[in-house]
Amino acid sequence: MKEVKTLEKVSCYHCNDICSDEHLVFDEKDFCCNGCKTVYEILKDNDLCTYYDLDKNPGISLKSKSFEDKFAFLDNDEIVKMLVNFTEKQKSRIVFYIPAIHCSSCIWLLENLYKIHESIENSRVNFVRKEISIEYLHDQISLRELVELLASIGYEPYISLEDENKKKQHSVNRSLYIKIGVAGFAFGNIMLLSFPEYFGFSGLSDGFVQKFITTLNLLLSIPVVFYCASDYFKSAFQGLKQRFVSIDVPISLGILALFLRSLYEIIFDVGPGYLDSLAGLVFFLLIGRWFQNYTYDGLSFERDYKSYFPLAISKKKENKWESIAVANLKKGDWIGVRNQEVIPADGILLSEEAEIDYSFVTGESEPVRKLKGDLIYAGGRQTGSLIELEVTKPVSQSYLTQLWNNEAFQKKEETGMQSLVNVISKYFTIVILLIAVGAFVFWSFKDVGQAFYVFTAVLIVACPCALALSTPFTLGNVMRVFGKLGFYLKNAGVIEKMTEVTHGVFDKTGTLTMGSGASVQFEGELSDVEKKAVASITANSTHPLSQKIKRYLNSGGQIVGIKNYREESGKGISADFDGKRFLLGSKLYVLNGEAKCSKGEDISTSVYLKIDDNLKGRFVMKSQFRERLESVLIHLGKKLNLCLVSGDNESEKDQLSGIFPENSSLLFNRQPIQKLEYIKGLQKSGNKVMMIGDGLNDAGALKQSDVGISVMERSANFTPASDAILFSGNFRLLHRLFSFCFTARRIIIASFVISFLYNIVGLSFAITGHLSPLFAAVLMPLSSITVVAFATISVNFMAKLRGLV
Amino acid sequence: MSVIVLLIIFSLLVAIIFLIAFIWSVKSGQYEDTYSPSVRILFDEKKRSDKKEKTDKNSPSSDENTSDKSTM
Repeated sequence: MKEVKTLEKVSCYHCNDICSDEHLVFDEKDFCCNGCKTVYEILKDNDLCTYYDLDKNPGISLKSKSFEDKFAFLDNDEIVKMLVNFTEKQKSRIVFYIPAIHCSSCIWLLENLYKIHESIENSRVNFVRKEISIEYLHDQISLRELVELLASIGYEPYISLEDENKKKQHSVNRSLYIKIGVAGFAFGNIMLLSFPEYFGFSGLSDGFVQKFITTLNLLLSIPVVFYCASDYFKSAFQGLKQRFVSIDVPISLGILALFLRSLYEIIFDVGPGYLDSLAGLVFFLLIGRWFQNYTYDGLSFERDYKSYFPLAISKKKENKWESIAVANLKKGDWIGVRNQEVIPADGILLSEEAEIDYSFVTGESEPVRKLKGDLIYAGGRQTGSLIELEVTKPVSQSYLTQLWNNEAFQKKEETGMQSLVNVISKYFTIVILLIAVGAFVFWSFKDVGQAFYVFTAVLIVACPCALALSTPFTLGNVMRVFGKLGFYLKNAGVIEKMTEVTHGVFDKTGTLTMGSGASVQFEGELSDVEKKAVASITANSTHPLSQKIKRYLNSGGQIVGIKNYREESGKGISADFDGKRFLLGSKLYVLNGEAKCSKGEDISTSVYLKIDDNLKGRFVMKSQFRERLESVLIHLGKKLNLCLVSGDNESEKDQLSGIFPENSSLLFNRQPIQKLEYIKGLQKSGNKVMMIGDGLNDAGALKQSDVGISVMERSANFTPASDAILFSGNFRLLHRLFSFCFTARRIIIASFVISFLYNIVGLSFAITGHLSPLFAAVLMPLSSITVVAFATISVNFMAKLRGLV
Repeated sequence: MSVIVLLIIFSLLVAIIFLIAFIWSVKSGQYEDTYSPSVRILFDEKKRSDKKEKTDKNSPSSDENTSDKSTM
């Protein structure tokens, strides 16, 4: 993956890309492109070159990025109002999500924006969330200018209207922190106040002090029970309403038994109570919850089509263009789509022709040519000049967005029903209740008071603190190990779900193949001069295929003397060099209907080359498969039934059937909705499906599947809603990550055994009526700490053993 | 022995102050970004070179009062 830097090669001062032979030298520094040089100039003019001191080559490559009218929609007041967080007379504040934030230099530069433009009052970066909050004077700088300024220095904000989910997440986190704080506070103080008790000093102090301490303990424990532990009661109650005994039921029983028993002892002056154990229990449980709730703030697992679509589009109104919010588009509107803009709604093409890149809708990697009058589906990206469309369907009813109306997107996340601990908790609760009642009946023949004592003691000591901690700590540790390997999980429950998967479904383009596209091969022979000439000709074109050919030939250094360059969009290029006529393009264009094409029916993408009248050959684009794809598939194939569901054509079927294990089904030409249906079909026959995909075309399938993994090319890229995000560079680890989930499951079971052993010891004391507060106060933390230590150490040890860390 | 009651009350009060401080820090969002403050503290306010003599608005990070710093 990584390029090996050779000594002769110079890397760009700004972005660290390798500079080609001709690069720009400015201020005795090397730059790979004009964009990088411009940023350097801006920064130098404003004395912001510290940027380069903090981190080496921190910049973001600006190659081939232009935004003439890209942000024109920000002139629309309505949209500005939706985006801005708050506005005063002169000042506005806005929060942008900037995917490019990646190092301390970024923070420094972005927080010094006020030096570049004086209307920016201040800016503050939240590195973890990759957000920047900017206060600016809206009279002096418009939002559009602000965004363009950010984009011009390489920090293009990602603008969308869906942020509701994230805010919710943060408030949940905050309340958990506070609960931990309160529980820890109460735990520490109660422990401290109970200390004399532990050492048997209680007899020394007089009755008043004794009473004072126990009352204080009781007061301290009230917020613990009614505030910190409230979630456990709620969830236990909700589970019971649905006839489902979760682990929260025995926990709630234990907490209640502890509290009521202590209340009784303190009020009637019988004993000191078990409040220290109570506070400790809640504190440890909350810590476990916090550890499991590890989230990746910089990533979003909830994106829908709205993140891919533009916020606004230009609409023609009485021969004038104006920006309109995409959501307000109506049937019959006349819209204009510029180069690299995404078409927001289905429409009929009014311009002569268009080149639409559907790569993130269908997975088809090459642009499709459309003619006037053709119906164009939303989600395509126009490459080339501005096209005009008449909208036929509003955005929410377009062909692609209809996918989101599918029921798969309505289903709510189940609440960890299949978690191993909840399977056990049902039996655990029943057994504990049986033991408690049994012990009560047994003792009630001798002494009713003692019977109550034993009954509560059983519930107290059986409270599955250690049991409840084993899962969050194991899974939390596994999540962190995975996170280091570029495999980011939405929540810890995904690990358990992965152990139940029976089928693995793959997408092809962008998932099994490299996102950067196909590798090029030339069939035929070319002399060095011809190669150079072709490279120079293709350098003039922005068409993706030309770019690929240019990169493939990469002869270094352009030659002069290209004449009569002409590009016919959708067909090919013609140019003269050294008195020879070069024709480069589609079969139809180059061969011009001649029956010379003897290569047989072939659906792979290729570009033909003709010099004068000689057909020299063709450039064939072949997908480049990911590193070690074969071994990933072989290993996964031992555990799963694998299938391929691709939106692409069958051109690579033979190659793929060689890589996939035997009797895996390979399906091609599948529409997004068909992918979803395919997975649903598998699930109907009782299978659990893991889907691995990338683009928007897999969104439905990812959502429908039991475990949806989306492959992410770069950290700034968007991935559709899924359960996990896998960094593409680590795709080769997929099978090892998968089998590590089974290891995690075994570790959880082992920690269950440990906590059961503690329970048996505790129960034997409780049943015989010997459970002292001190014993409970020692046993509870001891069992919890053992389990936590065991889970943490064994996960990390196993990860090291498997060579994952 | 009853002096211990007084001591306990005082120690608890101090602890409660810290608890309140913790709750405040959580609510004001100090736990949301644990990385950038560690970097931000190391940034130097660099002196400007002479060629630029803009009207200075060196508002240091969060405050709104535009304090003119001596920049030459």
